[in-house]
Amino acid sequence: MDTTDTTPIIPEPVKQKRFAGIRKSLTDFFASLYNINSFIIRFFKEAFLPPYEFKEIIRQCYETGVRSFTLISLTGFIVGLIFTKQSRPSLAEFGATSWLPSLVSIAIMRALAPLVTALIAAGKVGSSIGAELGSMRVTEQIDAMEVSGTNPFKFLVCTRVLATTLTIPILATYTGLISILGGFLNVYVNEGTSYRTYIGQVFDPLSFIDFTAALIKSIVFGFTIGIVGCYQGYNSSSGTEGVGKAANGAVVTAMFLIFIEEITIVQITSWFR
Amino acid sequence: MEKQKAPIDHKNAVIRVHGLKKAFGDYEVLRGVNLELYQGENLVVLGRSGTGKSVLIKVISGLLQADAGTVEVLGQKIDQLTTKELQALRIRIGFSFQNSALYDSMTVRKNLEFPLVRNRRGIGRKEIDTSVERVLEAVSLSQTINQMPSELSGGQRKRIGIARTLILNPEIMLYDEPTAGLDPITCIEINELINEVQERYKTSSIIITHDLTCAKQTGDRIAMLLDGKFQREGSFEHVFDTDNARIKPFFDYNFIK
Repeated sequence: MDTTDTTPIIPEPVKQKRFAGIRKSLTDFFASLYNINSFIIRFFKEAFLPPYEFKEIIRQCYETGVRSFTLISLTGFIVGLIFTKQSRPSLAEFGATSWLPSLVSIAIMRALAPLVTALIAAGKVGSSIGAELGSMRVTEQIDAMEVSGTNPFKFLVCTRVLATTLTIPILATYTGLISILGGFLNVYVNEGTSYRTYIGQVFDPLSFIDFTAALIKSIVFGFTIGIVGCYQGYNSSSGTEGVGKAANGAVVTAMFLIFIEEITIVQITSWFR
Repeated sequence: MEKQKAPIDHKNAVIRVHGLKKAFGDYEVLRGVNLELYQGENLVVLGRSGTGKSVLIKVISGLLQADAGTVEVLGQKIDQLTTKELQALRIRIGFSFQNSALYDSMTVRKNLEFPLVRNRRGIGRKEIDTSVERVLEAVSLSQTINQMPSELSGGQRKRIGIARTLILNPEIMLYDEPTAGLDPITCIEINELINEVQERYKTSSIIITHDLTCAKQTGDRIAMLLDGKFQREGSFEHVFDTDNARIKPFFDYNFIK
């Protein structure tokens, strides 16, 4: 066997091609980071300057709330019910089923309600915003707005982002209450605990930090859903494929960011406890 | 149908384009376009698909930025305007899109009201209704007022698209392929509408098309865009009275002489 063979294991052109691919991916990644950053800065620049689009913001709030209301009601109730049902055997082993309401409320108000609401809204509202703005871009409706003397960014993006930022905390609070109601059903059926006692036990372990953290989380999640959906739709490429990509990108990116934000905020709030 | 010539003020150019260049990546679409549109004139820009005709009017309306050259609209240089100034200028320019670009989620009435309500804050309900009725009447589609864009035919959508631009009484009209995708009879109706708009609203227009019937019926002057520059310009007859191997076929493949 010839041991002096100097032929590289990976041929040079393949290597170059691979590096070119990596370089392009990195360039694209940093370019998109820059673009998202510019998009967010533009939002803060334009959203709080007159003229204000109050009417459109209210309409978008209504759309966001109504679009997710049924699904959130159902999911919230089931989450509360199932969570209580699954936690019962573990607590029963220690004879601590009376702690169930406290456990349910801590889990729901601190983590589940904002998270579940945000994930549902990312799927329902985020994809809808991405698809709507994407199709408006593709069919030149955004250009039509621009040439008719309207600022489409302010009218389409700022209103939607503000709407999701305002609506998601309300929906998350609602999800929390509905989930607690679901938990009550399980506790009532098994132990016959009265509603008044249950509610007392539910709110007892919750502190001001819990409510504040949940509220901040919901606001951050709402902003993320709105800005990601709008970014994907507003900058979608031509064609129907672009609309699909915008809708899909809006959901996937928003969900990914929501999980990262959840971890970050949980870590930060734990320092204050 | 021959076009009735409207009076054109050749001393007063409402649009001046000089040395306009625009590239997308490595592909240079416009390579030094010079153009003047005179007051009251209908200028037809002819050219094959992909020659940059639509890019030209998008640069004029400020939707795209030029790489080089100057664009002056109604005495204002587009690239030197602030966002607010550009917005104010755009109100004076009507842009009819190739696919009409009607807002899908709004009725015809809301589509027409939109530019008016956005640009004339505090306008009364009565004035809005009067304006909407006036432009709908101008495009002969009063009966569609409460319909959704999805319920309209291609020709109706084009007309409503034009009506939406007329509601702000523009001084300049930019038509992007106004007859694309329409049957010949509807094409003729749209051409007549373009001439009516010119006459009634005293507009100056640039009409982007590759439809020679449209060019002949609506154009006071024709300019042929080839290789990113205007290669031939003048009356319809003059432009096609040539043996140029790239212009002649354009005329020969159409059936009007």
